[in-house]
Amino acid sequence: MNTKSIMIVGVGGQGTLLASRLLGAALLSEGYDVKVSEVHGMSQRGGSVVTYVKYGEKVASPIVQKGQADLILAFEQLEAARWLPFLKTDGTIIANTQQIDPMPVVIGTAEYPLGVLDAVRATGANLTEIDALSLAVKAGSPKAVNVVLIGVMASHMDISYAVWENAIRATVPEKFLELNLKAFEYGYHYSN
Amino acid sequence: MSKQLLIGNEAVARGLYEAGLRVASSYPGTPSTEITECIAKYDDVYSEWAPNEKVAMEVAAGAAIAGARSFCAMKHVGLNVAADPLFTASYTGINAGMVIAVADDPGMHSSQNEQDSRHYAKASKVMMLEPSDSEECLQYAKLAFDLSEQFDTPVILRLTTRVAHSRSLVQVSARDEKALKEYKKDPMKYVMMPGMAIKKHIVVEQRILDQIAWAETAEINSIEYNSTEIGVITSGISYQYAKEALGENASYLKLGCVYPLPVEKIKAFAAKCKKVYVLEELDPFIEEHCKQNGIEVIGKEAFTLQGEYSQSLIAKVILGKEDAFVATDLDIPARPPVLCAGCPHRGLYYALKKLNVTVSGDIGCYTLGALAPLGMMDTCICMGASVSALHGRNKADEQNAKKSVAVIGDSTFMHSGVTGLINIAYNQSNSTVIILDNSITGMTGHQDNPTTGKTIKGDPTTAVSLELLAKAVGIDRVRVIDPYNLAECEQVIREEVAADAPSVIISRRPCALLKYVKHKAPMKVNPDKCIGCKMCMKIGCPAISMKDKKSVIDFTQCVGCAVCSQLCKFGAIEEGE
Repeated sequence: MNTKSIMIVGVGGQGTLLASRLLGAALLSEGYDVKVSEVHGMSQRGGSVVTYVKYGEKVASPIVQKGQADLILAFEQLEAARWLPFLKTDGTIIANTQQIDPMPVVIGTAEYPLGVLDAVRATGANLTEIDALSLAVKAGSPKAVNVVLIGVMASHMDISYAVWENAIRATVPEKFLELNLKAFEYGYHYSN
Repeated sequence: MSKQLLIGNEAVARGLYEAGLRVASSYPGTPSTEITECIAKYDDVYSEWAPNEKVAMEVAAGAAIAGARSFCAMKHVGLNVAADPLFTASYTGINAGMVIAVADDPGMHSSQNEQDSRHYAKASKVMMLEPSDSEECLQYAKLAFDLSEQFDTPVILRLTTRVAHSRSLVQVSARDEKALKEYKKDPMKYVMMPGMAIKKHIVVEQRILDQIAWAETAEINSIEYNSTEIGVITSGISYQYAKEALGENASYLKLGCVYPLPVEKIKAFAAKCKKVYVLEELDPFIEEHCKQNGIEVIGKEAFTLQGEYSQSLIAKVILGKEDAFVATDLDIPARPPVLCAGCPHRGLYYALKKLNVTVSGDIGCYTLGALAPLGMMDTCICMGASVSALHGRNKADEQNAKKSVAVIGDSTFMHSGVTGLINIAYNQSNSTVIILDNSITGMTGHQDNPTTGKTIKGDPTTAVSLELLAKAVGIDRVRVIDPYNLAECEQVIREEVAADAPSVIISRRPCALLKYVKHKAPMKVNPDKCIGCKMCMKIGCPAISMKDKKSVIDFTQCVGCAVCSQLCKFGAIEEGE
C-alpha cells in the first residue's frame, strides 16, 4: 500500500501527544511501518502544535507537507483552518468546534475570525465537525476531549474497534481507563 | 526482543546502554534532553545532570580515561560551551570509548540560532556520525563506541530535531556489559602541555587519514543504484526526504559518517550519475568537500541555507512537482507560545514593566516575557549572558545602571550566570541581577539542577543556596521576593536598582506545572463588579479572556495565583471556593 499521512493539530496542552501515541500503538499492532514526528520544547507552551503520523509498508520521511495529509484531526477550530493547506484535496478533516483564543486575540491586537469552520467547508474540504468537549463531559471529564477525537478519527480508519481498545488499555493508566473507553466509544459512534 | 516505536533520542539511549555505557553526564537542551532522561532509567548506568555542557563533557572525558564507556549530550549551542574540552580531548584520545551526542535544530523550533555542528567535527578533528531514523540512532550509538576505541578518539553523534523527536521502529537487544578497562598512567597521552601536544597533533592528523581510509569502505557510507539520471549525495534526515521525493528515480550515496568524508567513494558514485545533487540542511558541508575534490555537484545554489528541507522542497527543485492544496481566505492570527497560567515569571515581569527598566535577558521559559503584552526584555544572547552583558552595559553607560536589571533562571544561573555575577562583584558595577528561581529547569521539561536538592534519579542531594552563593562571591545586598506579590516585587526592585551597590534579588516560587505544587481554587470574576476595563488582560494570562465586555476566567486553566486580582481596581476578581 501507499504511505498514509495523518496530522494531529491543536494548542499546546490539549493532549495531542497522547493522541499520537495511541495512534502509533494501534498502527504498530496492525503490523505497519510507522513514523511519528513530534516537536517538543518551546511550542508546547500554549502555542500551535502539530504531530505527523505516517504508516504503510515502508515509510521514509517522518513529516507531512502541503497537500499530503489523508486525514487531519484538529483539536481546535482555528488550528483546523491554519493547517488545512496540508490536506490532500480529497482528504478528510475532523475538527473539534472548541475555540481557544491565541494571545494576539486575548490582548486585542488580532481578531478571532468568525465562521472558521464554514470557511473550511467552503473550500470543498471533506469536513466533520464535532463538539468533542460536550461528549467528553458526558463521558465523565472535560480532559477526555482528546480520546473522543481519536474515536471520531478511528471511525474513518480501517482498524478494528478491538485494536483501538487494546491500544487504549496499553497506554492509559488504570484509574482513567473506564472514562477513556467511554470517551472513545462516544467519538467512534458520532455522526454529523 | 520485539520491535519498539521509539523517538531517536530514546533509541540513542538504548544503543549506548546495549553497548555497555557506564557513565553519562549532560546538561538539558532541546532537542537532546530525552537521551539522558532515558539513560537515567537504566540502573546499571551512572547518570547525572551537570551544571553545564563543559562540565558534562569533562566528566565524560575523565570517565573514559578511567576506563568506562562514557557519554554526554547537548544541543548545538551547548557544544559551544563544551568546545574547550572537545578540542583537547581530540588530542588526548580515550581509554574506553567516549561518545558525544549533539542535536542541531534546523528551523529553530526551540533555539536561538541555527548553527551547524558539523563544523565542530572538522575544526576539532573528531569523527562524526549522523543517523537518519531511530534504528540508525541505536546502531550508530553502538558503532560510535567501537570506532572511538578503534581510533582512540571521542566520536560525535549528530542528530537534528526531526531525527531526535521522530518515532520509528527499533529492534532492541540485550546489554553487552563492559568491565572497567585498566587505566595506565601515561602523561605523554593524557597531559597536554606543548611538548606532549606537539607529538599528539601528529597522531591526530594521521588518525584523520586512517579514518578517511575507513570511510572509503565503511558500510554506513552506503550506495544504492537505481536510475542514474539523478545522483543524490546526502546524510541524516535529508536522506529520508530524498527517498520519499525521488524514490527509484534517483541513486543515493548515503553518508552515515559526515566527518571525515571519503573522497574516492564519492568520486566513483558521482562519475556514474548524470546530474548529482548534494542534499543537506544548513551549511554546504558535504558540498564544499565535493567541490574541493573537483566533484561537480549542485547544492546550495538550488536549495537553501535556512530552515529544514522536506520531501516537497526536494520534489519541487529537482522534479518541478508540487502537490495541490486548498486554503481558506481567512486572516488567521498567529498562536505564539505563552507563559502558562500561574507562571511565577508573569508577576515579576509585570513589576518590571511598571518600573520601565531595561532588561538584560537570558535563555529559558522566561524569554517568553519578551513577547506581548509583557514585552519586557531588551536582549537575549546565550546562556548566562544576561548577567555579564548587564555589567558591560552598566560599565558603558553608568547612568543606565539605576534603570536596568538582568533576569536569569535558577538553572541558567548555575550553568553560566554565576561567573558573570563574580565579575559584577569583582569589578564592581552597580548592577541588579534577578534570579527567577522556579526550582526546576523549566523549558526543557522539568529537569533537576544543583539548586533543586534532587539528582537526575530524584534522590535527595545537597542544594546550592543562591543567597549564600551570592554573598560568598561578594554581593552584600541579597533580597528574596515572591513573584505572586506584585507590591512586594515592585518595591524591592525599585529599592535595589536605586542602591549604590551591586545586588541580587531572588524571585522565588516553584513552576506552576510541578506535580508537588498545590493549586488554589480557580479565581472567579464577579460580573456585577467587572466594568470591562481590561486591566487584568495586561499580564497576558492565557486563562483570562473577554466575553460580552466582561472578563472571564477559564476554570480549567486557572491555578488561583491571584496575580490578576491584584490588578483589578474594582475588586471584581474573587477567590474561588
